[in-house]
Amino acid sequence: MNFPILSTLIFLPLISSLFIFLSKSKTNNFGVISISLFGSIATFFLSLFLWYSLDTSIPDFQFVEDQSWINNFIKFKLGIDGISILFIVLTTFITPICIVSCINSVRIRVKEFLIAILILETFMIGVFCSLDLVIFYLFFEAGLIPMFLIIGVWGGPRRVYSAFKFFLFTLLGSVLMLVAIIVIYWITGTTDITQIYEIKIPKEYQNLLWLAFLSSFAVKMPMWPVHTWLPDAHVEAPTAGSVILAAILLKMAGYGFLRFSIPMFPNASEFFTPLIYTLSIIAIIYTSLVALMQDDMKKLIAYSSVAHMGYVTLGIFTLTKQGIEGSIYQMISHGLISAALFLCVGVVYDRLHSRMISNYGGLVNYLPKYSFLFLVFALAALGLPGTSGFLGEFLVLTGTFQKSYLAAMLATFGVVLGAAYMLWLTKRVIFGSTNNSEIKKINDVNKSELIMLTVLAFFIIFFGFYPMPLMETFDISINSLIDNYQNDLNANQL
Amino acid sequence: MINNLNILFPEIFLSLSIFTILMLGVFIKKSFNIIFNLTLLIIVATVMIILSNPDNEVKIFLNSFTRDAFSNYFKILILISSFFVLNSSKNFILDNKLDKFEYPIIVLMSILGMFFMVSSNDLILFYLGLELQSLSLYILATIDRDNLRSTESGIKYFVLSALSSGLLLYGCSLLYGFTGSTNFDLIADKLTKENTGAVFAMVFILVGLAFKVSAVPFHMWTPDVYEGAPTSITSYFAVVPKVAGLALLIKFMFIPFSNILLEWQTIIIFISIGSMILGAVAAMVQKNFKRLLAYSSIGHIGYALAGVATGVVSGYQSAIIYISIYVIMNIGAFSCLYLIKKDGQYKESISDLSGISKKHPILAISLLIILFSLAGIPPLGGFFAKFYVFVSVLEQEMYTLAIIGLLTTVMSAFYYLKIIKTIYFDDSAITFDLTKNKKAQFSIFASCIFLVTFFLYPSIFNNMVTALFVS
Repeated sequence: MNFPILSTLIFLPLISSLFIFLSKSKTNNFGVISISLFGSIATFFLSLFLWYSLDTSIPDFQFVEDQSWINNFIKFKLGIDGISILFIVLTTFITPICIVSCINSVRIRVKEFLIAILILETFMIGVFCSLDLVIFYLFFEAGLIPMFLIIGVWGGPRRVYSAFKFFLFTLLGSVLMLVAIIVIYWITGTTDITQIYEIKIPKEYQNLLWLAFLSSFAVKMPMWPVHTWLPDAHVEAPTAGSVILAAILLKMAGYGFLRFSIPMFPNASEFFTPLIYTLSIIAIIYTSLVALMQDDMKKLIAYSSVAHMGYVTLGIFTLTKQGIEGSIYQMISHGLISAALFLCVGVVYDRLHSRMISNYGGLVNYLPKYSFLFLVFALAALGLPGTSGFLGEFLVLTGTFQKSYLAAMLATFGVVLGAAYMLWLTKRVIFGSTNNSEIKKINDVNKSELIMLTVLAFFIIFFGFYPMPLMETFDISINSLIDNYQNDLNANQL
Repeated sequence: MINNLNILFPEIFLSLSIFTILMLGVFIKKSFNIIFNLTLLIIVATVMIILSNPDNEVKIFLNSFTRDAFSNYFKILILISSFFVLNSSKNFILDNKLDKFEYPIIVLMSILGMFFMVSSNDLILFYLGLELQSLSLYILATIDRDNLRSTESGIKYFVLSALSSGLLLYGCSLLYGFTGSTNFDLIADKLTKENTGAVFAMVFILVGLAFKVSAVPFHMWTPDVYEGAPTSITSYFAVVPKVAGLALLIKFMFIPFSNILLEWQTIIIFISIGSMILGAVAAMVQKNFKRLLAYSSIGHIGYALAGVATGVVSGYQSAIIYISIYVIMNIGAFSCLYLIKKDGQYKESISDLSGISKKHPILAISLLIILFSLAGIPPLGGFFAKFYVFVSVLEQEMYTLAIIGLLTTVMSAFYYLKIIKTIYFDDSAITFDLTKNKKAQFSIFASCIFLVTFFLYPSIFNNMVTALFVS
């Protein structure tokens, strides 16, 4: 394949954002929305084509593009394997949904909003495609700019505080990763990760480098105790911003652990496993308890995201096949479920301009379709069998039981807490009664909202019953990841 | 002898042009426009002359004047940045009645001074060039002589700068006393670590140079002068003399002081760390945009000095790349100030920027790009500038310097974000005049395009800079 298909995929949203920038429709938002929708759906189909043509029987990177970029130093190297393709498809799938959600929720500066979303999509796809540490860092950090603007310009009342917190937290975490990347360059003489996998970083450097990478990924994930930016960012961000943040940006860190931390620093990964277990368990239990106490719907879902990400880190660092498979599954399914939940909150927020749980109640009487969909997503979020949320958590817990009974028991306790806050949320919002008379006046979901939510609900249930398409895609890649990890560990112990 | 003059041709051309347009200015009435345009023409012509000459290393006049790739690179950088600074500030000069014909001529004279600075291979020539540049800058700082703030800033600059020149001269004389020569090459041969007097002299010279590039702790003049001087002068101050100052710092490290690198390095590391921290912390509370840019420029010089502090060629190269990108960002940032006008008055406080995103979307997005680039966020040009510096800093395993540098990046991101917040998040109470200023717009456009597309070909400077240290 000589055609640079990955570069096309990365820059397609950027090009469509250029079209929007140049278009002159000031009064008519329909035009710019259709351009961006067209661009993002084209990107989606291109990524589906990639998924289709990806050979999942070999663990190697495919569609590799390798161009010289900075003389004798860094190459612009792209490539995908069974793990990254799923995240790319998730990204390209969520973006059109975000664009559709703009129709109802974004009232001012629609054009700029769409440009920001599309540029963000470019950077997000770039993160999952890059096979070079510097390129990865470039895309990883660049995403801050559009997200900062999305929160800051279109956000709620405390948007400035949240946007600053988001930006500075993430930047602070990432600069240490930049130091680590440059140090890796001076140790191995390259930043191309396929070469670094082979050269192998000496054991004595691994721990510090691993911690530097952790500082970035822990903030992005977010792991306890650096998760505090996430609830703020979620609460203030507009609906589409929350969706992208929860569905994709949080997954970058999990992907980063799989692609960088574990293969590059196997010894350090093993050494720090107890640390990750501890932080994950705290995240699962503590943030679930915090979620129980929230009176803001978005904040509740944000804390539940932190708890779900706790399962992801737990699963990844079990370093068993089930654990890692579960983590990836959990990331994909959380991408769909949290996106759907934030969209649901957005639907009622657009109508009543309140996210307070106490302002709602008895929605099932007035918004039957909405209530049904909300219930589906809430049950998926608590991991009901038959939804994609169940499989991820189940596999993670299976993997954890092989390594540590204590961790697995505590994590299982988190599942119960998850059910508690999700069901209580549903009880208070969907069922029950309310004194708020305005609820009676609002309309049920309109066509565009119905389409978005139904599509998401379909995939959540589909992947709950039939996980094979996902499992088959990343199966070989995970096998080779674990094999290489074990080989590296054995090699270093000898 | 004639061959020697050939090598000196850019300088000769520049001086003769200065005399000619000075005469023209005296004899033609209302001559500002003509002189201004002629000045721009002269700058372009000088660039051509330098480019048309070969840049192999030649030393003339008893080895006191060097022409090599290093000096030519800096001369061209000085010329191009002066061109953009002058060109974009024309409307500002006219609007503020600064249109005295001496203005562009004095700028040219300071350029001539910098030419001799970057080409000097001898303490005397170096000092003469430095003084020609400084004297021109004193006049420029006070050019708005009816304005109290401008005059004050000029006097302040003059007193402090004269003091630093005095220290520098004292250092030069000590150096002559301890090594018996004023020639850089001969000094380099005679200088050893045991020569304590020479180390002493080195400190004085470093103080003088640190003052010129406004590095901590010799930065005190910068905020006041930047704020007080007219914006067109400030933008010149923020860009061009820094380039020359950095060139000299590198040159001193590379030739005369190469044997006492360790002593010299330690001081530069401290200066660099101090500048980075002060630039990040002090800028946070500023309300005036020019004053903020002053502190931010102190911070940026800190990063460039971090590259110099490595004491190896790759570090110097990264510092040169840094200053080149810095120049481009600052030209853009200052040009934005020429477009923010209300009731005929140019506005320079940060709160005045509120809501320009609605009135001037294009200006707002340009400022956004420039500010994120100044903050060093990828994929903009400013990131690569910092990246190259930290690559060479970490190559020398100077981890503390690198980590402090990167942490101050985060701190300084805060105040750039604050400006962006004012532009994009705050509601505006002010309506601005719609200013048509093609020249400033061109500078902003060029700078933004450069910063945005830099990632497509990030080794653009590497190729040029690698050639500078061949000898």
